[in-house]
Amino acid sequence: MTLSEIISSILLISGAVFFLAGTLGLLRFPDVYTRLHALTKADNVGLGLMVVGLALQSESLAGVGKLLLIWLLVMLAGASVAHLIAKGALHRGISLWKR
Amino acid sequence: MQILYLALALFLLLNLGAGMWRVVRGPTAADRMLAAQLFGTTAVAVLLLLAQATGNAALRDVALVFALLAAVTAVAFVRRTWQQA
Repeated sequence: MTLSEIISSILLISGAVFFLAGTLGLLRFPDVYTRLHALTKADNVGLGLMVVGLALQSESLAGVGKLLLIWLLVMLAGASVAHLIAKGALHRGISLWKR
Repeated sequence: MQILYLALALFLLLNLGAGMWRVVRGPTAADRMLAAQLFGTTAVAVLLLLAQATGNAALRDVALVFALLAAVTAVAFVRRTWQQA
């Protein structure tokens, strides 16, 4: 294994750990707002780490650009979706979780 | 490296399977939509890993389309189909 392969393996595996954290949050957290918090942030970080790991292995600069474009799109979608759903849930009277 | 890509893609697929539990349980429509959001992000990662593993660059374009559609579906859900709780 070359150095770049080792670095990208580490990045890919840590990305997968963040995805696992996002899924665990979706399954275990008590209400829609906390689930939103777990999902939209952890998954986007996981995807970002994976994109950087794959970009290290990419053959061309255009390939790197496309990977970064995909990540930016997903982040944009995640941020707007988080705000839309949280606002909609508040508007429709879904109550906040209290201990 | 190829083994790692495929193993990680399989791991993310198992993550998706675990996320199905939230679709079954609910309790609100928003929770089910969140699971759909999880599917969108994870599917993008799976497709990128498979594109690298198989050398099929067209899969990256599919991932791009998934990223776009994930945003559109959630906006359509909030604006059009979400009934009063």
